[in-house]
Amino acid sequence: MGALLEVRDLTVSYRTNEGPVPALRGVDLTVEAGEVLGVAGESGCGKSTLASTVLRLQPKDATVGGEVLVNGSDVLTLGWGDLRALRWAEASIVFQGALHSLNPVRRIRDQIAEPILVHDPGTSDDEVERRVGELLEQVGLPRARSRAYPHQLSGGQRQRVMIAMALACRPKLVVADEPTTALDVMVQAQILDLLGGLVRDLDLGMVLISHDLSVLSEVCDRVVVMYAGRVVELGAAAEVFDDPLHPYAQALTGAFPRIGDPRARYAPAGLAGDPPDLRTLPDGCSFAPRCPKAVDACRTAEPPLVTPPGAAPGRRAACIRAGEPA
Amino acid sequence: MTGVEESTASLEARGVVVEFATRGGTIARALDGVDLTVGRGEIVAVVGESGSGKTTLARTLLALERPVAGSVLVGGTPLPHGTAALRAFRRTVQMVLQDASGSLNPRQTVYESVAEGIRLHRLAGDEPGTTEADLVAGALSDAGLRPPEQFYLRYPHELSGGQRQRVLISGALALRPQLLVADEPVSSLDASIRGEILALLLRLRDELGLGVLVITHDLGLAWNIADRIAVMYLGRVVEAGTTEEVLQAPQHPYTQALLSVVPETRRLEPVVLTGEVPDPTNIPSGCRFRPRCPAYADGAPDGEAARAGVAEACRTVPLEVLPAHSSDAGRDHLVACHLRRPGARLDTTPSAVGGSSPN
Repeated sequence: MGALLEVRDLTVSYRTNEGPVPALRGVDLTVEAGEVLGVAGESGCGKSTLASTVLRLQPKDATVGGEVLVNGSDVLTLGWGDLRALRWAEASIVFQGALHSLNPVRRIRDQIAEPILVHDPGTSDDEVERRVGELLEQVGLPRARSRAYPHQLSGGQRQRVMIAMALACRPKLVVADEPTTALDVMVQAQILDLLGGLVRDLDLGMVLISHDLSVLSEVCDRVVVMYAGRVVELGAAAEVFDDPLHPYAQALTGAFPRIGDPRARYAPAGLAGDPPDLRTLPDGCSFAPRCPKAVDACRTAEPPLVTPPGAAPGRRAACIRAGEPA
Repeated sequence: MTGVEESTASLEARGVVVEFATRGGTIARALDGVDLTVGRGEIVAVVGESGSGKTTLARTLLALERPVAGSVLVGGTPLPHGTAALRAFRRTVQMVLQDASGSLNPRQTVYESVAEGIRLHRLAGDEPGTTEADLVAGALSDAGLRPPEQFYLRYPHELSGGQRQRVLISGALALRPQLLVADEPVSSLDASIRGEILALLLRLRDELGLGVLVITHDLGLAWNIADRIAVMYLGRVVEAGTTEEVLQAPQHPYTQALLSVVPETRRLEPVVLTGEVPDPTNIPSGCRFRPRCPAYADGAPDGEAARAGVAEACRTVPLEVLPAHSSDAGRDHLVACHLRRPGARLDTTPSAVGGSSPN
């Protein structure tokens, strides 16, 4: 059997009144057990579409092409029964915004128990109680919190509950969509520690989605950087963060300064231009209109995702100028 | 009009205490004696976790909360209470909120949004150059929306996130304020746009001499633009100094921990504090940071505080309020920690962050 998750040439396009909007334009990636793959990018790059499509949770107005193989079975073509069996038990998702994803009028215990009971309706009350307690401890919450309502918990605690729910049916793959956005730095560090520990202890495969490349560089083994629905860079997390090859990845890492770096003092780095409009993508490289290094050749053909000359094996960038000396 | 603009207005909090009544009838002390000054042409960052009181401080400085003790001064004069006087104050000190999408009226054009304040304050005149349209155009250009006419009739949904944030800043700038209070001005923006907005704040400071108070939990932002930093914890400033001092040689264990979890500071051993900022209805005795302090370490006999002989003080002796230092005496690096007081036996081994050099 191949990788835990294998995404092959995935395309997703949303039907709108103004015509189709391509959200994903041919994405390939793999995740092995015990590995954390980071997905970085900004609003509209397609990262949340990717997260929901992996579990076939994309909205109805989406047209999907390609394959999403979880443990070898294609999520996109499974029958409803098999899909239900796969969700939670094989692969689960931690959504962004724990405040809005939890039911405000139900106790934490009942919400964590729900997927357990859906998958195994015969589970006894005692067994559910034991499992919920175990899950809460696994995510660093005291068992006694199982009787709490979401509003009685802090943002970080709610995010822990979301993670406990995702683990309820012992999945092998967890997709976490911006799990630390809107959390404080210290709570963010706590949640990232927790996720890293779970991947190690349970040998999970994880897709961790974030707009913050520096967060990903902390916990991921490999990262992909997305722009306008495509992967524009891929490689070992530390290498991509320390030495990005694609000009867009370079701009992203530059946006989060290293404290103490004299070059960043009084010099916030940004990227000129507007985010891409997916309805009217330019010919050639979709980043070219904002790219400081763009040349005429960039505007004729979309560059393939390849290992640039001189780059370490396993690294790839979709930029014709990526191998050039700076 | 010009008389006001040329004064060296500074915004100052002196011993400010703000309390809220909770539903249970207890009193939450959100600010427990805060001294802070933002001078003209100065960018000051207030950093800390949620619950540290940084947003309450911003609201109090804008006269949106009334302190139960202490005072807020603008250009050395205490904040007025009357409606008319407050209106003049609000022209001097403007606020930029964090969520540009939620703060703009979706049914108002850019022009209307920016003109609203001008009309409210009756700033427009008949002379060429002082009409409403001139003021709106000037504010939009100042915020980098050029040519301004192109934006007049656009609605918020037709703008990018960065442009919406610029419209908010234009609305504030239209009143020719001397100070801006910006609460997380870039936290809802994409990384590539963040830099532009920060650069804009720097430019406004340089060109218009604006003083800016930035509320943020993002230490990288502070490194990018702030002259000085005040670190808040549970309603108090626990460390203050120049950005270089606070971020490169932090003294308070809380600041050290905050810095160590910034993903970019990978040379540091992360000190992940457990729990969150405690409830301000029940502020711990002695040092308020004690329950989470890695140096106090729950009173462990081999903890840094115990070895320095201050563990007892951490438990029982409250720390003094750090005085606000003015910009011209901005060299003093202040810290509210028993470990850093005279008499504490300091460890010779520098703790987590101490030894990094500026270059």
